[in-house]
Amino acid sequence: MFRIVHKRQLSDAVFEMGVEAPRIARKAEAGQFLMLRIDETGERIPLTFSDWSAEEGWVRFIFMRVGKTTHKLSHLDVGDEIKDIAGPMGIPTHVDDLGRVVVVGGGVGAAVAYPVARAMARAGNTVTVVLGARNADLLILQEEFEALGVELVVCTDDGSAGRKALVTAPLKEMCEAGTVDHSMAIGPAIMMKFCAATTKEFGVPTTVSLNPIMVDGTGMCGACRVTVGGETKFGCVDGPDFDGHAVDFEELMSRQRIYSDDERLADAEYSRECSCHK
Amino acid sequence: MSQVDDAQGASIDTPPEKPRHRATKGPRVPMREQDAARRATNFEEVAVGYSAEEAHAEAMRCIQCKNPTCIDGCPVNIDIKSFIAAIIDGDLSEGVRVLKERNALPAVCGRVCPQEEQCEAACVLARKGEPVAIGRIERFLGDHDLACEMDHRCAPEVGPSTGKRCAVVGSGPAGLACAGELRRIGHEVTIFEALHAPGGVLTYGIPEFRLPKAIVGTEIEMLSEMGVTIETDMVIGATLTVDELMTEEGYDAVFVGNGAGLPVFMGIPGENLNGVYSANEFLTRVNLMKAYEFPSSDTPVWRGRKVAVVGGGNVAMDSARTAIRLGADEVFLAYRRTEDEMPARIEEVHHAREEGVEFKMLCSPVEILGHDGFVTGLVASRMELGEPDASGRRAPMCVVDSEFTIDCDTVIMAVGTRANPLLSKAAPDIELTSRGHIVTDEQGATTKQGVFAGGDIVTGAATVILAMGAGKRAAQAMDSHLRG
Ligand SMILES: Cc1cc2nc3c(=O)[nH]c(=O)nc-3n(C[C@H](O)[C@H](O)[C@H](O)COP(=O)(O)OP(=O)(O)OC[C@H]3O[C@@H](n4cnc5c(N)ncnc54)[C@H](O)[C@@H]3O)c2cc1C
Ligand SMILES: Cc1cc2nc3c(=O)[nH]c(=O)nc-3n(C[C@H](O)[C@H](O)[C@H](O)COP(=O)(O)OP(=O)(O)OC[C@H]3O[C@@H](n4cnc5c(N)ncnc54)[C@H](O)[C@@H]3O)c2cc1C
Ligand code: SF4
Ligand code: SF4
Ligand code: FES
Repeated sequence: MFRIVHKRQLSDAVFEMGVEAPRIARKAEAGQFLMLRIDETGERIPLTFSDWSAEEGWVRFIFMRVGKTTHKLSHLDVGDEIKDIAGPMGIPTHVDDLGRVVVVGGGVGAAVAYPVARAMARAGNTVTVVLGARNADLLILQEEFEALGVELVVCTDDGSAGRKALVTAPLKEMCEAGTVDHSMAIGPAIMMKFCAATTKEFGVPTTVSLNPIMVDGTGMCGACRVTVGGETKFGCVDGPDFDGHAVDFEELMSRQRIYSDDERLADAEYSRECSCHK
Repeated sequence: MSQVDDAQGASIDTPPEKPRHRATKGPRVPMREQDAARRATNFEEVAVGYSAEEAHAEAMRCIQCKNPTCIDGCPVNIDIKSFIAAIIDGDLSEGVRVLKERNALPAVCGRVCPQEEQCEAACVLARKGEPVAIGRIERFLGDHDLACEMDHRCAPEVGPSTGKRCAVVGSGPAGLACAGELRRIGHEVTIFEALHAPGGVLTYGIPEFRLPKAIVGTEIEMLSEMGVTIETDMVIGATLTVDELMTEEGYDAVFVGNGAGLPVFMGIPGENLNGVYSANEFLTRVNLMKAYEFPSSDTPVWRGRKVAVVGGGNVAMDSARTAIRLGADEVFLAYRRTEDEMPARIEEVHHAREEGVEFKMLCSPVEILGHDGFVTGLVASRMELGEPDASGRRAPMCVVDSEFTIDCDTVIMAVGTRANPLLSKAAPDIELTSRGHIVTDEQGATTKQGVFAGGDIVTGAATVILAMGAGKRAAQAMDSHLRG
């Protein structure tokens, strides 16, 4: 059992949560994730560490309410317990002094981008963060990024905050200026796809953090397979970071929707049963 | 000369020594089963098991040989003759005790051991007719023990504390057997399991209808009763490394039984389409995550109407029969050799066929077809058998231009597993074979001081009883190491 020690609502559908998990906290690194199962009938879902403290023994993650599991999770509070949490899973993001690094965080991907940007900055890089969301209400972690002291570019699709642009616009400008040594793109598959396409033109190495559907997260099932450079890789143990220029994004997006009908059904049933949800 | 010997033409001049009885002749006592049409729609156990009367009647067929060859047929040399004698005498507790001397999970092995190739193949009666149904009798005794209240169960005695602490990585049959044995000797034992539930393949792989999870659970409970601690959600190599177990966590010895859990794919076009599963994923969704209860259980599984299973082992059979139970209209199994070469247990092949699984022999997939990201068919090539290969089986070869297409919406790949590198990557001083399996000596010692290993991670995919045997042997070696 893992006790919830922190909860904060970041936007209508996005929550930050912290749990007591001293062993995992000691090992967590930027880019890694945990596998979580809320209760006995629960699904195992992957969520990336957004923050952790080895000293205080907690890890945090930020999640968006998209289906039954994240919906249930959003109803838990400080003091409640989560049945299972395992990790840290996956290979940590390769952090090195690379020069000028642009970290793009789209939607809830900002949660993953945060520890990555922090680690990159600590490693001596000049970091620019491009934070994107559909509108101002969905923008998360802006203050935390500002506190890192990195350059921050905010874009929204509708212009309700920052620039009215897609994240690829500032990314492209920076590439054109020839000042980017490395880029990281973390967010919805479609955003990562376009970021990778943008940087490819300029030969700027681009790491993406993929989010295929997972079951065990330990390399045992192959649910998370993705094609990278023509080869099948397992997202949970070979990734989740991969070379964005080699990833087959069409396949990833197609594989992400295999259960969409089931997921809608499960969440609809849950919402019907769930009294607190109107 | 006794009548028994006369009748069987065996053990001349060796009158039975245990309870003198007149062995009954004739065929085995059949085991009752759920009707095929009914069971194809539920996940309840297929075989019902012997009643006390049936077990006794079957035990009476055993001639209690002076030289019981059956025992050599069992990889852990269970004293089969004695546990059968105990049933003949009506002393079930004694039977359980004999069984448990060498097999910590009789209710499991009685169900899933390939008895027809092991103990039963070595029974003298097999030469002239049907061997004693040793597995069914074993299951009966195991179930009898499980049905008893905890304090009446046959619990192995725990030796006086040795003050040593052992860590066991993985809670499959190898880990469970090793932990039980270490604890019996008197060591303190903690099992570390990566998943949220213990049992390994017994829990996530072998389906409910062949091995009810309640049985696995009760057997594991016994270990807890004995004082073994089980920590789930502990991925060794990630949460803690083997080194950390031996330093910071203070364990004196470590057993690694992490199985051979990395699914192999064929590398053919279309393998990443939606609707293509590894058997591991398919079975894990259904068994471990209880997807057959979706949506009251949260994990979904793609329920195909027409399902193709590739492979011919137990894993393929389990996948095919699970697909039937999930409501598929048609399930067929594509295997590249013939039924004679199929490694699956005969009983399982028979059950699968009864439940409506169609067998397509001598065909090997070359491509999976899809539309809009989802599977629509399987292209396979006809095969023919050539000369025997290294494994002694005749090697299948493609027949030129023999490709044909089968319509299907789901493909389940049951073509084998490899060693999962997660743990070994974090323990570079444990030597591996070129295929990633852990190198050990006969007793299970690895190249790293104080670290032992056994089960599928050493041998590659094998059987429950072999994994248990290896776990137990390693426990003995660990004990010598700790005392030495
Ligand atoms: C390595 C990794 C890291 C991730 N980190 C985060 C994170 O930090 N914050 C966050 O909000 N989300 C993260 N995700 C995605 C998150 O796991 C899914 O949103 C979650 O599983 C949805 O579960 P659900 O039951 O609420 O929704 P569902 O109803 O199950 O699904 C809704 C949507 O989520 C996708 N999805 C479903 N199951 C999974 C799964 N097991 N893995 C990935 N996607 C899935 C589906 O394609 C669907 O589009 C991550 C995914 C991966 C693989
Ligand atoms: C579908 C299927 C059907 C089968 N049917 C039969 C049958 O009928 N009869 C038979 O005799 N055999 C059968 N087998 C084979 C048999 O189940 C295996 O040979 C046996 O389970 C191997 O035992 P093990 O303990 O070595 O490994 P496993 O049972 O694989 O257990 C390994 C355990 O270690 C855990 N683990 C892995 N990595 C780590 C880590 N890094 N940290 C912590 N824990 C970890 C795993 O989660 C797992 O729980 C079948 C196998 C399958 C897959
Ligand atoms: S453990 Fe398996 S091989 Fe040994 S006696 Fe029992 S059923 Fe036979
Ligand atoms: S089981 Fe078979 S081999 Fe063993 S003692 Fe009985 S008759 Fe003899
Ligand atoms: S999630 Fe099962 S192998 Fe990656």
